[in-house]
Amino acid sequence: MATPQIKPDTRSTTDSAVSVRNVSKVYGDVQALKDLSLEFPRGELTSLLGPSGCGKTTLLKIIAGLLPATSGEIEVNGATVTGPGPDRSFVFQDFALLPWASVIRNVAFGLELRGVAKSEREAIAEKYIREVGLAGFEQKFPHQLSGGMRQRVGLARALSVNAEVLLLDEPFSAVDEQTRRKFQEDLLELVKNEKKTFIFVTHSIEEAVYVSDQIAILLPRPSRVSEIIRPSSFRDKSVDNIRRDPEYLDIVDRIWASLRSYVE
Amino acid sequence: MHVLGYKLPALSSLILWALLWEVIGQLELTFFVPPISEVFVTLFALLPTPAFLNALGVTAYTFVAGVFFAIVIGIPVGILMGKNRVLDELLLPWVNIFISAPLTALVPVLMVLFGFGARTVIITTTLFAIWIIILNARAGVRQINRSLIEMARSFGASPMDAFVKVYFWAALPEILGGVRIGVIRAVKGVIIGQLLISIVGFGALFELYASKFLMAEFWAILIVLFGLAFALSEFLAYLERKVSYYAAAR
Repeated sequence: MATPQIKPDTRSTTDSAVSVRNVSKVYGDVQALKDLSLEFPRGELTSLLGPSGCGKTTLLKIIAGLLPATSGEIEVNGATVTGPGPDRSFVFQDFALLPWASVIRNVAFGLELRGVAKSEREAIAEKYIREVGLAGFEQKFPHQLSGGMRQRVGLARALSVNAEVLLLDEPFSAVDEQTRRKFQEDLLELVKNEKKTFIFVTHSIEEAVYVSDQIAILLPRPSRVSEIIRPSSFRDKSVDNIRRDPEYLDIVDRIWASLRSYVE
Repeated sequence: MHVLGYKLPALSSLILWALLWEVIGQLELTFFVPPISEVFVTLFALLPTPAFLNALGVTAYTFVAGVFFAIVIGIPVGILMGKNRVLDELLLPWVNIFISAPLTALVPVLMVLFGFGARTVIITTTLFAIWIIILNARAGVRQINRSLIEMARSFGASPMDAFVKVYFWAALPEILGGVRIGVIRAVKGVIIGQLLISIVGFGALFELYASKFLMAEFWAILIVLFGLAFALSEFLAYLERKVSYYAAAR
């Protein structure tokens, strides 16, 4: 039986798209993150997985530049992060769509803010609307779409600005289970085709193991990276076979064993 | 409402009340209530007179000016209060005091300060309308979904873009609600201002007709004012409904 390959979190990869170095975050007297270091390999999907309160969303927002770190630094392609930038785009848990704007305007909104001309940005938006499977819904409004379709709009918006790093904050937690499974399969396809670096926050163990090239387990009190798991054998298998792969099942069990004591 | 299987148009119950008025008028129970038919005859006779047109002009001018100041001052102040904690702490007590204060009592003071002309009426109108506009714009900005703000920031929105393309629209349903109530209050403001000063616009006409017991003229003017206020309020409610498709889904 295949055993998961486990590497320590001090491992340094030569080709990291994002490097987190000794980052701490303090809210008042609460230590949200403590001296956290983590590398995100280029072109791969890394999950941040952990119980609630482990600081995974905080870390993602620090990488996005939406929150300042109390100490430490983030590098994206060698450049230090000081705020939001065009090299990163964000997919929100609650979709964060403009309810007064059509699907196409929402998808093109990132480009609109960058001053791209209307015809050009709508051509790009149409391409990504097709890519996420929403062709024909361009003129619909968010309230006319289901939760799953709204998140596809959020995903298309993040893709259309062509950032190298995609930050996804529990993107599938507000959609139903079946839609979620379809999303996970589509996400694998996307990682393969888009050649982007994905950072994916989730609290679902199965989801993390299913979609990730690398899983960083975060533990709370004080928040830290406890281990990094890189599934090796099932990543190239077809999506239908992953969930019954022995390594998949092993990793899910291992992660649950290490997390269960932190779940109240 | 349905009568004998026919759907009656909205407000058709008014016909019933008009009939009742006509009957009471024709019975000549009191000089105070002339028949409504007489009131309407007087109304159409009054409409083209210089006295009426002049009053309407002055009232429209002071009303529009008063509402204009209430909106252009009220909305930005409300939005700034919603976004800035210090400003909010400084201004909120005053807004809350003025919104519940009997502003009519202030009009004599305003007359002393600003004279007996249009200026005082404009200021009265603004004072009636502005507080609810401020409070609603503030509430609108405060309920904006946090992640919409983060979304705008993460895609690199400038403060101006965030304001024009996100905050304003996200707060628009509340802002329009505030403007609608503000405008209704402004109608009260402009009429109360004119009545107390009583030498301008409809205030002067009311004073004239009431003192000479010209009740048909008095009622005619009143019907015109009620009609205008109602039409204005309905128009703003229509604007509000135009944004309601997203108000519930923000």
